[in-house]
Amino acid sequence: MSNVHAFIDNEVKTNDVVLFMKGTPQFPMCGFSGQVVQILDYLGVPYKGINVLEDESVRQGIKDYSNWPTIPQLYVKGEFIGGCDIVREMFQSGELQSFLSEKGIPVRVPEKG
Amino acid sequence: MGMKDAIAAKLTAGLSPTHLSVTDESDRHIGHSGWREGGETHFRVDITSPAFAGKSRIERHRMVNALLAEEFARGMHALAVTARAPGE
Repeated sequence: MSNVHAFIDNEVKTNDVVLFMKGTPQFPMCGFSGQVVQILDYLGVPYKGINVLEDESVRQGIKDYSNWPTIPQLYVKGEFIGGCDIVREMFQSGELQSFLSEKGIPVRVPEKG
Repeated sequence: MGMKDAIAAKLTAGLSPTHLSVTDESDRHIGHSGWREGGETHFRVDITSPAFAGKSRIERHRMVNALLAEEFARGMHALAVTARAPGE
């Protein structure tokens, strides 16, 4: 097991919600990463953002970790959830909200209006 | 063969889709990371296939990604996927 794999594994297993992304939650550097940030922020979900642009080995390592060729990648309680399309589809159908609640992650339900 | 045609051919051969559209959206990402002169970096795939029945979202995306491994290796940077089984 490489150091990068160990680093990623540790981040994924010690943080309830982790987003591997380009840029930071404050300054996403890619539209796909930005969409996932918007969804998580909208739901008030506490999460850790990891900027893969800061470390080329993490940028490649996260693709190998889950055998998934693109970034962003969202992990909840150690489980790979998906990239931008999957997170958006789950959010739009309400699955993401119920999934997070089931996992014990606090979700703010915005008022309808 | 261009990337778009290669994507369509491989998904057609691998998944026998009842609906398939492949869009090159590279021009919408000019200047973004991953974009390059000549485009062919950002694609959108909308696909309906009986092969997706009973599969999770992640499994469906993995099936698409696996068929397009060569395109990722050739410089495809982003692939937006909507994958449905017939009737969904």
